[in-house]
Amino acid sequence: MTLVVVVVLLAVFVMVVGGAVLVRSRRYPELEPPDIEAAAEPLLAADHDRLPPPVVTPEEAAAVEAEALGLPEPPPAPGRPRIRDRLGKARGLITGYVGSVLSRSSIDDSSWDDIEEALIRADVGVATTGTLIDNLRQRVKSDSLDTPEQLLSALRDQLKADLAVEDRRLHLAETGTNVWLFVGVNGVGKTTTIGKLGLRRAAEGNRVVMAAGDTFRAAAAEQLQTWAERVGADLVRGAEGGDPGAVVFDAVQRAAARGADLVLADTAGRLHTKVNLMEELRKVHRVAQREPGVVSEVLLVIDATTGQNGLTQAREFAEAVGVTGVVLTKLDGTAKGGIVLAIQAELGIPVKLVGVGEGPEDLIDFDPDEFVDALFAA
Amino acid sequence: MFESLSERFEGIFARLRSRGALSEADVDEVLREIRLALLEADVNFKVVRDLLTRIRERCIGLELSKSLSPGQQVIKTVHEELIGILGGQTLRITYASKPPTVILLAGLQGAGKTTVAGKLGRWFRQAGRQPLLAGADLQRPAAVEQLRVLGAQAGVPVFSQPTDPVAVAVAARAEAERLGRDVLIVDTAGRVTVDADLMDEVRRISEAVRPDYTFLVVDAMIGQESVTTAEAFHATLALDGVILTKLDGDARGGAALSIKEVVGRPVAFASIGEKQEDFDVFHPDRMASRILGMGDVLTLIEKAEQNYDQEVAERAAAALQQGRFTLEDFLEQLQQVKKMGPLQSILGMMPGMPKELKNANIEDSEVARVEAIIRSMTPTERREPDLINGSRRLRIAQGSGTDTKDVNQLLKQFKEMQKMMQPLMAVTGGRVGKGKKKGGRGGGRVTPKGAIAGMRELRKMQAMGGMEGLTGSDGKLDPEALSGLAGAGGPGGLDSIRESLGLPSPGQRGR
Repeated sequence: MTLVVVVVLLAVFVMVVGGAVLVRSRRYPELEPPDIEAAAEPLLAADHDRLPPPVVTPEEAAAVEAEALGLPEPPPAPGRPRIRDRLGKARGLITGYVGSVLSRSSIDDSSWDDIEEALIRADVGVATTGTLIDNLRQRVKSDSLDTPEQLLSALRDQLKADLAVEDRRLHLAETGTNVWLFVGVNGVGKTTTIGKLGLRRAAEGNRVVMAAGDTFRAAAAEQLQTWAERVGADLVRGAEGGDPGAVVFDAVQRAAARGADLVLADTAGRLHTKVNLMEELRKVHRVAQREPGVVSEVLLVIDATTGQNGLTQAREFAEAVGVTGVVLTKLDGTAKGGIVLAIQAELGIPVKLVGVGEGPEDLIDFDPDEFVDALFAA
Repeated sequence: MFESLSERFEGIFARLRSRGALSEADVDEVLREIRLALLEADVNFKVVRDLLTRIRERCIGLELSKSLSPGQQVIKTVHEELIGILGGQTLRITYASKPPTVILLAGLQGAGKTTVAGKLGRWFRQAGRQPLLAGADLQRPAAVEQLRVLGAQAGVPVFSQPTDPVAVAVAARAEAERLGRDVLIVDTAGRVTVDADLMDEVRRISEAVRPDYTFLVVDAMIGQESVTTAEAFHATLALDGVILTKLDGDARGGAALSIKEVVGRPVAFASIGEKQEDFDVFHPDRMASRILGMGDVLTLIEKAEQNYDQEVAERAAAALQQGRFTLEDFLEQLQQVKKMGPLQSILGMMPGMPKELKNANIEDSEVARVEAIIRSMTPTERREPDLINGSRRLRIAQGSGTDTKDVNQLLKQFKEMQKMMQPLMAVTGGRVGKGKKKGGRGGGRVTPKGAIAGMRELRKMQAMGGMEGLTGSDGKLDPEALSGLAGAGGPGGLDSIRESLGLPSPGQRGR
């Protein structure tokens, strides 16, 4: 039976594609641009820094990851920052809705609308918001809650409960050379996260090796190198456009040889829709597993401004390389990062770390209570 | 996976068909679905609310036309409304009378400013200009380094110095004047909008170089924050437009809509891939379907374009057109489709697929079996499957390690498929004929009925600029001629074909 299905579907598919190609090729012939490449002038040499010809093919031309960080002088660190301090300047949004809910004398339809709107605007997503509100409605009914204050505190509890997991520590295997693999789409902050985390681990007395597995984006290795120098970590890098698996493999070998505790492996940003790039990632993961390497964490880095696509990202990356935790970056802007609620609800992947600022110490452990309280901070 | 909006609507409207006009309750029910679709596309909450109010007014009492189902009609209304916001105008760069024309790029961290700077540089160079890139992102380590590499790839010089961002921008402008470069593209550091110092810095850069165009670079994956971000940058810099990046993913990019609606600035350029040439002026109408969740076919076609061998595709098209699509062609197509990834995921992208098929568990090994069977045939057999008699069948089955039953099934299915393809051949045949001589047909076996319907359809789509065809034009493909297809893809199967035919070229990328 499946054979039949395959044939039928392929048929339809072939027609769609064939038809489109045909129509397209007929319709736009006049749009063909003149061959500009040929006419292009040699570029001005005067002020152009002649680089060696890039090893990367055009296909591999960069995908930006503009990961920022605070430059040279690390600000005086009065203890570790907390999510609340950072989110403080950005709250307001949910606060507004909170105020609106509290201004009513009872719980009515508008209260529910306010809560829904608040959650959706925090990028929690329609589906997860729906489930949350359903649960909350039940709770209100069963506990016969009737004041807005009770409603809000129930919501808060609900959110915290939804985010609760037993274990959100970063794991290290007892034997072998530990590898933490960082994955994610372009520009979420993977390299910066590795830098910050490396600094943290080093401060805790670990010997860290960094693997510049982003051989794709222009100057990604240089960016990680800056961090490695700061951390005092070993950096293993390959040629631009080289095989990221080989870089990670070398890093594991070097870490094993030098008795380092941990390899932090960077990977190139990739959209989860690119089949070949996801295959490449699988390979990197396999190679990292090779003796004596043990991949003890696969961390998906997600930008707090990400909308509903974040869920798809998490799903695809989880399927490819078994994501063990999420790092939520750039939470210091106005973005709420509500998508992590959806990710945890739908896929059960916990947030482990959050980035709350540009300074090196601004990568902190995720605390759901603080996260939720910060959303509601008045 | 998304069900396309039209699919969802079909359910709601199934019971309304007999009525003449939409009641308020009907409309509200549909609007809920639209709201959901828009929110899931990351269109800003406020924007969704305003939009729905407008759509509601237009829809209530809408007289149902005979040629469109109520669902199609509402979608058409929504689609028009979206296009209305997105603004049909494509941005045209007006160059400064006294060069250089200065372009300032700003945005959040990780949006893709530096990559866009490189791509813009290439774009201007191809437009016959002499751009200069200025690296004023002195914050992120190796950002300038990255720009230099990109500049080298694009064949565009890069200027930077390790002073401070404002000084770099000013010096770059002087340098551009000195060297006679007529376009200056300034890349700035990413910043969070709440950071007053950094916002002030970009404002000072702007004041110092007085850009002719200020673009906000926005990641297509951004969520509800798009509006806050755009408002903050607009207040500081007075934006001229938006550059949307990472559109090659499957994010639906509601930000484009939100930003246009709130700050009134359109998406000027879009980046649709990692290659430097995957970048061009943006045609906003394409975005409307994508935001509505009807754009999966775009991804599909794009995927096909990336992986399909152009020649093979053309051969298949030619074969289709001439009505001689053989097992050999089929095998060839199969190879191409395989390159695009697991069959399952490809099918998931096809619009209008019935759920059962979408969820059917299709192993790629099944495809391998089909392949094995065809490969066990002689070339003559592949061209003329009618030749295959009992003993040939046995030989093929043995050669491919399958059963004669399987061989039979494949042959039967292929025949069915050929039948199904007839209408399409007619359509494409008519299409080609039109190009050659008026009223003529491109040749091949063409059912007259299908050809006429097809031509009407295509002419219409052309007149409407392509995308409109998607929203259910009244000149539908003749349902009768395509009834075979309907069997395969459900009613949505028709839509999928129509959609695919009506697509404008994502091919702004042609440059």
